[in-house]
Amino acid sequence: MTVFRCSLVRTFAVLALLLTVGCSAPNAEKVPTYAATLAVASNFRPAMEHLKAEFEQETGYTLSVSYGATGQFFAQIQSGAPFDVFLAADTLRPSLLQGIGTTPRTYAIGQLALWSPVKEPVSSNTLNAPDIRHIAMANPDLAPYGTAALDVINHLGIRDDVTNKLVRGENVGQAFVFAQTGNADLGFVALSQILALPENERGAYWLPSSIDYAPIRQDALLLDRGRENAAATSFFDFLYGERAREIIANSGYKLP
Amino acid sequence: MSPPDAAALLLTLKLACAATLILLVIGTPLAWWLAQTRRRGKPVVEAIVALPLVLPPTVLGFYLLIALNPQSPIGSSWLRMTGDTLTFSFSGLVLASVLYSLPFMVQPLQSAFETITRKPMEVAASLGASPWGAFFKVAVPASARGFLTAIILTFAHTLGEFGIVLMVGGNIPNRTRVISIAVYERVETLQYAEAHALSLFLLVLSFSVLLFVYIFNRRFPIHVG
Repeated sequence: MTVFRCSLVRTFAVLALLLTVGCSAPNAEKVPTYAATLAVASNFRPAMEHLKAEFEQETGYTLSVSYGATGQFFAQIQSGAPFDVFLAADTLRPSLLQGIGTTPRTYAIGQLALWSPVKEPVSSNTLNAPDIRHIAMANPDLAPYGTAALDVINHLGIRDDVTNKLVRGENVGQAFVFAQTGNADLGFVALSQILALPENERGAYWLPSSIDYAPIRQDALLLDRGRENAAATSFFDFLYGERAREIIANSGYKLP
Repeated sequence: MSPPDAAALLLTLKLACAATLILLVIGTPLAWWLAQTRRRGKPVVEAIVALPLVLPPTVLGFYLLIALNPQSPIGSSWLRMTGDTLTFSFSGLVLASVLYSLPFMVQPLQSAFETITRKPMEVAASLGASPWGAFFKVAVPASARGFLTAIILTFAHTLGEFGIVLMVGGNIPNRTRVISIAVYERVETLQYAEAHALSLFLLVLSFSVLLFVYIFNRRFPIHVG
C-alpha cells in the first residue's frame, strides 16, 4: 500500500514537472530573435506607443513592451527578468541597476499638473477652495510625481490646510483615475496623462512652475541582456534621436 | 512597531470586526433562504454570492470607484446623509469588505443550514415555537460550527484585504491605511525592518486564530440529533 502511494505521488510529481516544462517551453520561443523586450514606466505609455509605431515602421524590428511600476520592474530585473531595455520613471532605480547595464541616461522630464476633469479654471487657489473635498496625488514615498506634488504644496505654504483633503494613490496613474472618476475633485497628475486624453475631455489644469518642485527625471538604460540584440541597441539610439525627442516633447514632457 | 503602523493595525482590526458583524446580520438570513428555497432563481443568487471569489479585486475596486463616486446615485445620497464621501472613507472600506467577504460568510452557513432537516424544525413548531424561536433554539445551535467557521473566515479574509483598499482607499492614515497597505508601502520603500514587524505580527495572529478554530473544533465536537 505504502509502495503504491509512494509511486502515485512520484507519478504525479513527474506529471506536474512535465506539464510545467511543456507549458513554459513554447512561451520562451514566442519572442522572435529580431525583437527586443522593454520594461516601461506606465506614465510613459502614450508616448511609448507612438515611439513603438514609428520605430517598428522605420526599422522593421519588433518591440515587445511591458508597462508597469518602476519599483516592481526594478525588483524583477534584479531577479533576472528577461528585459533588454528599462525606461524607468525615476533616476534612482536605473542607477541601482548599473552593474547589469549601461550608464543610465535621462530620456524625458515629467511635468506636474494640477488637474480637474471639469472645465472650470484651475489655479493654485483652487486647492484651498471650500468645495474641494479630496485632492488626489501619488504617494510621495513611492513615486516621484508624489514627491513633486508635496514640494508644490509646501512651496505654496498650504500643507496644513490641505492635509486632510489629500488622498494618495500608489502611483500617478492611480491619482489620475481618482480625479477622472470624480472621486477626487482635483488631482496632481502628469501633464502627459492629460494630453493623452481626447481634446474635449482634458478639463482644466494648472502647471506649477518647474522650479517649485524636484525635477521628475526619467532615466533609461540598456541592460546587459540587450547589448547583443540589434533591435534593443537601435531602439536605445532611436530614443535619444531627433524624431523621438519630438514625440516625447509633444506628449507633455520636457527634454534633457 | 511604529505608531503609524500600530494605527494601521488597529484600523484593520476595526474594519474586520465591522465587516464581520454586518455580514453576520446580512449573511445569516441569506444563507438560510439559500439552504431552504426551491425557487428557480437560487442558482443565480448563489452565483452572485460566489462572484467575489472569482473576480480579481481590481474589478471590484474599479466598479466601486465608479459606483461610489460623489456624483453617482449611491455616492451622492451617502454624501447628503453623512456629509462624507464613500470612497476614501472608513465606511466605504466597510462596504467594500462586506461585498468582498460575502461568500466567506454565506457559504459555510449555507452548508451548515443544509444539513438541518425539516423534521426538528417541525417538531419545534408543533411544540409551540415561533418560526424565529425554532430558528434560534434549533437551527442556530445545530449550526454552531458553521457559524464559527463563517465568522473566522470572514474576519481573517477581511484582515488580508489589499487590492480593493488600494483602489478605493486613498491610503489615508487612521481612515483607510490598513495593515496590508502599510506592509506594501514599507516593502516598496525598502524599509524591511518595519515590514517584518508588521508581517510577523499578522502571520502569528492569523496562525493563532486558525489554530484556535481547529483545536476548538476537535475538543468540542458538536453532536446533533
